[in-house]
Amino acid sequence: MSAELFSVFYQFADVFAFLILSAAGLAIVFGMMGVINMAHGEFIMCGAYVTVGLVKLGVPLAIAQALAAVTAGLIGVAVEYLIVRRLYKRPLDSLLATWGLSLIVTQSMLLIVGSSITGIGTPEGSFAIGGYTFSTYRLVLFACAVAVLIGLYVTFMKTRFGVMARATMQNAAMAKALGARTGRIYAISFGIGAGLAGLCGALYAPTMTLIPTMGATFVVESFVTVVVGGANVLLGTAPAAVFLAMIRMALNASYGQIIGQIGMLFAVILIIRVLPEGLSSVLVRRGR
Amino acid sequence: MKSGHLLKAAFLGFVLGTAAFGAALAAEPPLKVGLLEDVSGDLAFMGMPKLHGSQLAVEEINKSGGILGRQIELIHLDPQGDNARYQEFARRLLSRDKVDVLIGGITSASREAVRPIIDRTTTPYFYTNQYEGGVCDASMISMGAVPEQQFSTLIPWMVEKFGKKVYVIAADYNFGQISAEWNRKIMKDLGGEVVGEEFIPLGVSQFAQTIQNIQKAKPDWLLTINVGAAQDSFFEQAAAAKLNLPMGSSIKIMLGFEHKRFKPPALNNMHATANWFEEIDTPEANDFKKRWRAKFPDELYINDMGYNAYNALYMYKALVEKAKSTKLEDMRKVIATGDACIDAPEGKVCIDPKSQHTSHRMRLISVGPQHEVTVEKDYGTIKPYWLGDIGCDLTKKNPKDQYTPSHLPNKS
Repeated sequence: MSAELFSVFYQFADVFAFLILSAAGLAIVFGMMGVINMAHGEFIMCGAYVTVGLVKLGVPLAIAQALAAVTAGLIGVAVEYLIVRRLYKRPLDSLLATWGLSLIVTQSMLLIVGSSITGIGTPEGSFAIGGYTFSTYRLVLFACAVAVLIGLYVTFMKTRFGVMARATMQNAAMAKALGARTGRIYAISFGIGAGLAGLCGALYAPTMTLIPTMGATFVVESFVTVVVGGANVLLGTAPAAVFLAMIRMALNASYGQIIGQIGMLFAVILIIRVLPEGLSSVLVRRGR
Repeated sequence: MKSGHLLKAAFLGFVLGTAAFGAALAAEPPLKVGLLEDVSGDLAFMGMPKLHGSQLAVEEINKSGGILGRQIELIHLDPQGDNARYQEFARRLLSRDKVDVLIGGITSASREAVRPIIDRTTTPYFYTNQYEGGVCDASMISMGAVPEQQFSTLIPWMVEKFGKKVYVIAADYNFGQISAEWNRKIMKDLGGEVVGEEFIPLGVSQFAQTIQNIQKAKPDWLLTINVGAAQDSFFEQAAAAKLNLPMGSSIKIMLGFEHKRFKPPALNNMHATANWFEEIDTPEANDFKKRWRAKFPDELYINDMGYNAYNALYMYKALVEKAKSTKLEDMRKVIATGDACIDAPEGKVCIDPKSQHTSHRMRLISVGPQHEVTVEKDYGTIKPYWLGDIGCDLTKKNPKDQYTPSHLPNKS
């Protein structure tokens, strides 16, 4: 019985980690900054490719993953400075620009790196409970997801930068008048978002097939989680991931992956119909 | 004066026109081969060898004098794994470029998307993949292996070696669904049991729950007919969770070269029946690989799709030269004689007149812990007999349908 119970927890943790890690970067870029970043998947791909490239050069996995996240973050800052900065007031144009960027990046990767590169293998480690065997690395992913949530909370709620960032997102003109360097804050926030996307790719790189379009497998889940979470990223994303993970896990376990996917997307439609502002609207109201 | 000019111009035009006509007679226009293969998108890693195989065959044939003295012009378009684009490009190749033959398509979904368009023309179409079988269509010539060559060999062997309980993970589209149906039929005939079947939407990359469902069902072996880069992540995740079950497939190793793309031992204990895999060690195969590697030194793996694509052009050459015509009806008269054969790197392969599918030399291969490939059993040449047995006879009737074990032709 305990084996069954643990297995339920493990499956929940697995889906939860996938949703949180793929959505965290987008929660900042789309949820907070309002940029519909269609190149989100490509930042994830970037993290994965840099990780695999570094591991093949002999860098230890954990360091490679950290460097990959930093690389994606720096590229994010550059993208913000060169493209996104000019389009804050034109959300549909920023959608188009980032979509174009995503197409250019995937096709260039195909031409430069090729259609597929060999994987690096998941770190060893598995354990058995009852009749089941589990991969330890999946629990590492869960731990990382929780750490990312805590990190986001601390950064945006407890630091000076976080206060200024939230002020900038709410009213940039007023924040600027009060002395916040809003241009820099936008760039750093976008960089953090891109870096978290890169971290997602870095963490999942050992477990997946690496192809230039791999980011696409994360994008639906990430947008869905952020939209269900709603405007308040810090209060919305985590419960949205918990909620969607429970639905998907339960349906996956009983009816297989197809029903799991359909059921999750159906729940999303219901939620945005009933709560157009997402889950966070309810939570924020309760909090007041 | 003016009329004089006009007359002169008309005369000049006439002279020029006949000169151009004469030139056209001297060098015959090239044969146009339309090729639809994905070299970008989710399946690019499989499609690239298909393009390369076609390019290699065209280069060789052109160097040795072409087909009936005509050079081949290869027109390749990249549908990027999008079925709507497959249809658009097929129409473009057929009606604008007026190709003499159409080749290509990776997934069965893409094949079924373009087949109705081809059926409205008189252009021959070569499908060069292994697939779930059953297409009885006079316009289509199939170069790859089909279930009676792949499943009727593999599944009994797996049952005998590993046991009677199988769990199936299959991609959720026509290929996966029909292949799973084949497995059910063959397992039933063998007295085996399908303890679980899971269809996975394309693009899904996370399999922790699937792995546990498998452990719960306790199968003796797995049939893995998952498709695409995202779904292939299953192998890495199953290995990390120490699933350690024997696996069988009709598309792994020789087609998706997972043993080259994943770090060992993710593909350990995988089995497949194949008409081609790069590890085949015969003089003919080695010679073919040498020519391929000379032209494409960076190829990760020469897969069976690329190999079949290469053969398709030689088969087209053989048919056209025997028929002395590029017309489908004349080529089909050659096929009807049962003498449409080529000497391929795997050995002699022939087109079956009833179904227009190809006979193949089938071998059962397995992957070891270091991802080394071993030949377990050699079945010799197997004909594509199933369609003929159930009543498809393209020499008499052209139903243009796809049959499955549960969808058989009406007996009339």
